Amino acid sequence: MSAKIDLENVSCDFGSFRAVDNANVSIEPGEFFSFLGPSGCGKTTILRMISGFIEPTEGAIKIGGKDMRGQRPNQRPTALIFQNLALFPLMPVWENISFGLEVRGVDKATRRKKAEELLELVDLMGAADKMVSQLSGGQKQRVAIARALAVEPSVMLLDEPLSALDLKLRQHMRAELRAIQKRTGVTFIYITHDQGEALAMSDRIGVMSQGRIQQIANPRDIYNAPINGFVAGFVGENNIFEGKSGAVAAGMAGFDTAYGTLRARINDDAKGSALRLYVRPEHTLLSAAKAEENSIPVAVSEVSFEGAFISILCHSDDGKLIVAELRNDGSATVPDIGTKLHASFDAARAALLPDANVRG
Amino acid sequence: MNDLIRRYGVTITALMCLLVAFWLVMLVVVPNITLFEQSFRPYLPVVDVGGPKDVYSLRNYAKVFDGSIERSFFGIPYMIPVHVMTFGLTIWYSIVVTVACFALAYPLAFFMAKIANPKSLPTLLLLLFIPLWVSEVLRAFAWWIILAFKGPLNALLLAIGAIDEPVRWIVGYDGVVIGLTYAYVLFMLFPIYNAISSLDTNQIEAADDLGAPWWKIHLRVVLPHAKPGIASGCVMVFMLSAGSLLVPSILGSTTSQWFTQTIDQWFKDALDWNTASAYAFILLLLCTVFVSIALKVFNVKLSDIAK
Amino acid sequence: MHKLRMNLARLYMGLFLVFMIAPLAVMSGAAFNDNRLPSIVPWKGWTSRWFEAMINDDRMMVAFGNTLVVAVAVAVLAVIVGTASAILINSISGRVRTLLYSMMISTILIPGVVIGISTMILWTKMGNAMGTEFFLFNPGLHLSVLGQVSYIAAMVMLLVLARLQSFDAGLEEAALDLGASHAQVLRRILLPYLYPAIGAGGAVAFFQSIENYNVTQFTRGGMDTLTVYVFSMVRSGVTPAINALAFLLIMVTLVLALIYEINRRRLARVEAEREAEARRATALEEAI
Repeated sequence: MSAKIDLENVSCDFGSFRAVDNANVSIEPGEFFSFLGPSGCGKTTILRMISGFIEPTEGAIKIGGKDMRGQRPNQRPTALIFQNLALFPLMPVWENISFGLEVRGVDKATRRKKAEELLELVDLMGAADKMVSQLSGGQKQRVAIARALAVEPSVMLLDEPLSALDLKLRQHMRAELRAIQKRTGVTFIYITHDQGEALAMSDRIGVMSQGRIQQIANPRDIYNAPINGFVAGFVGENNIFEGKSGAVAAGMAGFDTAYGTLRARINDDAKGSALRLYVRPEHTLLSAAKAEENSIPVAVSEVSFEGAFISILCHSDDGKLIVAELRNDGSATVPDIGTKLHASFDAARAALLPDANVRG
Repeated sequence: MNDLIRRYGVTITALMCLLVAFWLVMLVVVPNITLFEQSFRPYLPVVDVGGPKDVYSLRNYAKVFDGSIERSFFGIPYMIPVHVMTFGLTIWYSIVVTVACFALAYPLAFFMAKIANPKSLPTLLLLLFIPLWVSEVLRAFAWWIILAFKGPLNALLLAIGAIDEPVRWIVGYDGVVIGLTYAYVLFMLFPIYNAISSLDTNQIEAADDLGAPWWKIHLRVVLPHAKPGIASGCVMVFMLSAGSLLVPSILGSTTSQWFTQTIDQWFKDALDWNTASAYAFILLLLCTVFVSIALKVFNVKLSDIAK
Repeated sequence: MHKLRMNLARLYMGLFLVFMIAPLAVMSGAAFNDNRLPSIVPWKGWTSRWFEAMINDDRMMVAFGNTLVVAVAVAVLAVIVGTASAILINSISGRVRTLLYSMMISTILIPGVVIGISTMILWTKMGNAMGTEFFLFNPGLHLSVLGQVSYIAAMVMLLVLARLQSFDAGLEEAALDLGASHAQVLRRILLPYLYPAIGAGGAVAFFQSIENYNVTQFTRGGMDTLTVYVFSMVRSGVTPAINALAFLLIMVTLVLALIYEINRRRLARVEAEREAEARRATALEEAI
């Protein structure tokens, strides 16, 4: 049965270094939740705390409402998929998969049957008697997943499992993992530094930086409504403007910059702190004529063909780089290098954001 | 300790600690302490042990200095206690053996690590290991047969005309040195082989490419890198040679005496365990000192010495 | 490398091998020579009488039996202690580790004479102090076992430790995570990985015990072992019966070495095939 996971004021110190600072999150049963962040942000520590290899210095971790303090890894209803998979090299595939059952005393025939069922679930039939060294990267992945599913965990923990695979395979496995999760209904907690993965697979994402959770939201909101500059910058590209915030009215504020007063969205709690204006390249429009508001004169310096879209790199009069994106569907004409244009954006698409939520 | 318990659980950790403690305490530390303590006590019949005559003294150690004989050094005669001379010669010839083993093993180690075909290496190593598995006493005995006055070596040399008359090989310390070298050369070979294996071949090729002659390449590139292996091999061979009893006994001559044989005589012939302890402790102490100095000179730690 | 130097090097290698193997050949040859003294010169004709003499030599057979018993005991004890030590050493770090490791390595360097005498003195003194006649505290083969284990365990430890260093500790964690108890992790994950090293350690311990003289000589009481017996015979008056025994031992060693080599090559082939299959599967995957 999949379970709810609660982290209540969880912190973790290694000596004087605080790896995780006051993490609070409730993960619903059956949810696909990702922790997203750069190396060293604390996501691996959180995973190891949930699985029981590290005890939190402060706070409580509850699975299914039960406090897990003092519970060793082999006592918790969690199953961990390691980054290097940690498949047992001396056992054939079916023994690997049924290992969790073996240590619970299940008899050999039942174990073999269960292993073959799981192999079918992960689309790897016929591999039961092979050794791990005979498998490809993607096949090993599936064995690892099957092995974890065999113990029917309440929570599956996945530690950047796709990072060792190449691009095409990674995209294929993303879909696979999501499908398996939906099929089994188990709560998945997934950690990664790859924002594309997190956005594509998750029900909700927790973005982390330097031990603190910056924002918890579904992928759409993470991308379209980041609450601070770190989240905005980590997930997707931005054009960033410095300046001072001015008058606020109905969720929009004026922003004094070197390019005049720009207007953008602002959150209530963002008032008072140092703010910057963030707008994404795909919302940055280029036109020959000056726009009504939020308009900056630029010259095109480079055009970069990226496949599904085209990046137009422009420089303002004072040398600031501004990037605009055009869809590669022939709808807009691609400007020549050197063309003088106006870059502008809709105020509703831009946001005034504080910097990351870090320790003082 | 906490890491251990976390990794293996309390029961298994306790079991492991118990086993290691049994080994290190009961089989290593306590016996040596007992040896040390015993070496200071006089040799007494059982009834007198623990009684008034059982006092600590350095008398057993002083016996080393008994019984001087005359020796000459480049024509200058001097007196030296027999046992001190025995000890000195033991150390000296152990050094000779170590040097001989190095001279034999180094070229081979280099060949195996850098020149030989990697596929034939495991087979080669196996072939070299075979003599090790055959008992040391049998190998020493084999040389006893070969080096005998009427033995095959003389027969061979006579047959090919290298000598006119049979040579007495087992004279002085010669037989012992040959026997010890044969017995322990592999202990020099394998550490050096391991050390050279870890040297990046590109370094040798770079030196060659820059115009260095082969002896310089060895002196400046290979030898420094192999230093831990060489130190390890030298320490092993020296300690094994100095402490060897079998080979000096079988291949010794009337004019050779190894320090271990002296210890054996105290133990077996005089039944004086205490003095034997003292002498054994002297052997242990001075060998340890020698090894420590050697390690310092080579700038190597004890923990680097492993097979 | 120049052709000449290559060939010189190969020649040296060959000569070295001859140097190593020739004494064994001589030993074996003397077993068949119909000469009362062990030698191969002068050759007086083929005979097998020394093999008969060997079998009829009761004292040698008893000594041989003793040697085997001691060797098995030493192998078992050394493997247990050595493996436990290796696992322990591998899991700790810092000054404690350096200290323990140095202590263990030093046992190999201690002269056997010292080990023999110290072991003897300790246990007999303990027996005297406790006023008991229990066999453990008297000289005998059991003391030889203890003395030999004190340094042979270190050899086993080194072999197992080397294998441990290539062990992925993540496998232990994965097993724990799947619900295994610590004992199950040991039995199903760690020990199977170590079996090659443990096997090698057992073999090394066995053969090292057989050829040990220094420790055995001082601790054996009145019991004979092979090395002691051969040594005494060399002193007193030797017949080629010893060579017959030597020949047998050499043959056994050769056969074991051959079996080991054949097995090793077979395993290497299997591994290579498996890796080739993995590469093919990966190539297929990337073509998706």
